[in-house]
Amino acid sequence: MHGIAAWFRHLHETTGINLTIAYDPFDRARFLHGLLVTLELSVITIVGSVLVGLIGAWLQGARLVWTRRIVQVYIQLFRNTPPLVQMFFFYFGLSSVLPTMKNSFGIQEPLVSGFGWACISLIFFAGAFNVEIFRSGIEAIPSSTIEAAEALGYTRLQTYLNVVLPLATRVCLPALTNNLVNLIKTTTLAYAIAVPELLYVSNQIWSDSVNVPEMMVVLLVIYTALVGLLVAAMKAWERALRRPGLGT
Amino acid sequence: MPRGFDPPTGWTPDQPLVAIEDVHKSFGEVEVLKGVSLTVRKGEVACIIGPSGSGKSTLIRCVNALVPFQKGSIKVLGIEVNDPHLDKLRLRKHVGMVFQQYNLFPHRTALENVMMAPVQVLKRPRAEAEAEAYALLKKVRLEGKEHAYPGELSGGQQQRVAIARSLAMHPDAMLFDEVTAALDPETVKEVLIAIRQLAEEGMTCILVTHEMGFAREVCNHVYFTDRGVIVEHGPPAEFFAAPRDPRTQAFLSQIL
Amino acid sequence: MTARVLPVMPPLPKVLRRDAPLPRLRLSLWHGVALAGFVVLTAMAADAATEPAPRAGVLAVLVRWSPLLLRGFGFNILISFMAMAIGTVLGAFLGLGLVSLRRPARALAWVLTEFFRNAPWLVLLFFMIYMLPFRIQIGPLSIALPDWVKAVIGLGLPVMANVAEVMRGAVQSIHPGQWEAAESLGFSRNQQLWQIILPQCIKRMIPPWMNLYAILVMGTTLASIVGVNDVVTLAGQVQAAEGGRTDLLVPLYGYVLLLFFIYCYPIARLTQRLERRYAVRI
Repeated sequence: MHGIAAWFRHLHETTGINLTIAYDPFDRARFLHGLLVTLELSVITIVGSVLVGLIGAWLQGARLVWTRRIVQVYIQLFRNTPPLVQMFFFYFGLSSVLPTMKNSFGIQEPLVSGFGWACISLIFFAGAFNVEIFRSGIEAIPSSTIEAAEALGYTRLQTYLNVVLPLATRVCLPALTNNLVNLIKTTTLAYAIAVPELLYVSNQIWSDSVNVPEMMVVLLVIYTALVGLLVAAMKAWERALRRPGLGT
Repeated sequence: MPRGFDPPTGWTPDQPLVAIEDVHKSFGEVEVLKGVSLTVRKGEVACIIGPSGSGKSTLIRCVNALVPFQKGSIKVLGIEVNDPHLDKLRLRKHVGMVFQQYNLFPHRTALENVMMAPVQVLKRPRAEAEAEAYALLKKVRLEGKEHAYPGELSGGQQQRVAIARSLAMHPDAMLFDEVTAALDPETVKEVLIAIRQLAEEGMTCILVTHEMGFAREVCNHVYFTDRGVIVEHGPPAEFFAAPRDPRTQAFLSQIL
Repeated sequence: MTARVLPVMPPLPKVLRRDAPLPRLRLSLWHGVALAGFVVLTAMAADAATEPAPRAGVLAVLVRWSPLLLRGFGFNILISFMAMAIGTVLGAFLGLGLVSLRRPARALAWVLTEFFRNAPWLVLLFFMIYMLPFRIQIGPLSIALPDWVKAVIGLGLPVMANVAEVMRGAVQSIHPGQWEAAESLGFSRNQQLWQIILPQCIKRMIPPWMNLYAILVMGTTLASIVGVNDVVTLAGQVQAAEGGRTDLLVPLYGYVLLLFFIYCYPIARLTQRLERRYAVRI
């Protein structure tokens, strides 16, 4: 560890490339904490939005007209408005009308933290897209397949879980991958509500150490790596789901 | 040399127009053509029949260099197709191809489909190409449909436009890849009539087909392929009346 | 004659079947009306919840500041037009590189596309704001680069990458038979691309392109984070100008949401209608 830090210090002295996150313990700690927050945001919002998408796609097939309408309103609202403003709406707007509670220091604290609102906002945002994606996958299944399941005596829920979802997943995996990649990139919006994710701490670091280009490059590399990881995982899943003769 | 430059090759009409010699073709590990040889003389109609997967479509695509092949030689009018420096335009001026899926350009009318290549590839004057396109469409009995888009035409009509499109290039030989397989039985006839007319006018044709009746009446020579080799061949009268190889007999008994 | 009861199950509800129309609200106006109603309601609720001091009603505040907010929104639209124009032109070139037959061109295009598609838009914006100079000297000309122009460039880059990807997808979706037929007729690679393949691609590219525009419009709000005076910053400034009243927050941001909704929803509907012609079927 000490050797690496010394090498980067040497790099700074000889070439001027200043990667404080490598040799300065305070910067390194902040940076790693920011990375952790971004990872947490990504994982929570991915899982949450997929769940929202599955439930929403299911509800869109409901018998009650009003259930379907409410889901449609939700989708159109969250798809046609900017995620940043959604986040502000949740964080500034909604939290101001929610009650506050006393924390351990005796200070009044909002019920949901900035991190919490970021997660909620992003989950609803990406969830709206996921509902549409899952629904397009469901629509791609020929009605004759569903009729065959009915004829065998499956209930609607059984058909959804055993027939519709497996087939629909294969169709919508590329679009889903796209949306989840977008979600990882959208976690940077949490910057605007002072959540200490990667971009926020990088901003702090480059303000202190005046090394904007280096931090930019590091940021871009890390996000490329994160996205690459997700895409690789989704592609592996796609390959595992492949069946001979099924699909393009 | 400019693209399409066509110097004489020393070919004379007594030599075969298309000479396929010991062609081997593999797609990765799978060998699809295992040493196929056949010759077609000027004015001859050769029919290739056989079960699916026997390599017929691949063979015909090798002839006009749509698909490269590993071993062997194909000479069209003396032009060697397996030449790494082959000028593909030069070859394709001599050989036209009609596909099973017609492959008309959907964003152009029938007339434009027929005129496009002569004007843009052969650089013929537009008025001349247009007049000829009208004549060709009339020849395949599509007078009045010149300004229709492929989407407005039936399968048989589209296939006839495709034939006219290839004829507009004035080829010396025509390749037909199962051109009636995607058509309704009623429209198959109109396409076969057009091909028969071509054959009677002396066009050299290589047909991959399932239409045994057509093969019997119009072909000069029938080739039966199975699993990448030519099993048997002969003039249609002998071939259909008395097939010698058991594989041929099995295939014909299934179809006829 | 009495009806015969057949011993079969009744068919599935229409909504789960493929041929059923998508469940959508028939009157598109209802969404907007609902949202507007929501804004008004929260405004009135906020009003009711404030202390009994002589302060202006929330609705009155919104009406008073509307001209400014609308101007700010217009600025967002302007940024979106410019970024879309730049991105489309550059993306078309990049897309041609992606389908090129020459390996080095394809590799370079792929690297650029992947890079700008995977980078978060906000990071690219920061990059442009910090790295582009205030002023560029081209010979005798000195062009100023205000923040919003840097934001336009920063937004145009991911648009470029996405347009390239859309073009590549469209070219690949053309049936290979078209390439075969064109080749058999002797067309050169360039002629095949420009005369036959690309004209067919344009129609297919329009729905994803429009979708991209909608996403871009919403991305223009990111410019507020890097200091451009768009409608989001203006909303914050309005709240500050009114004394920092917390009861204004929900109505104000609801109002901004409404503006974007009114602009983007019709675009989305049109895109969906065009998309249905090319729906995927297993």
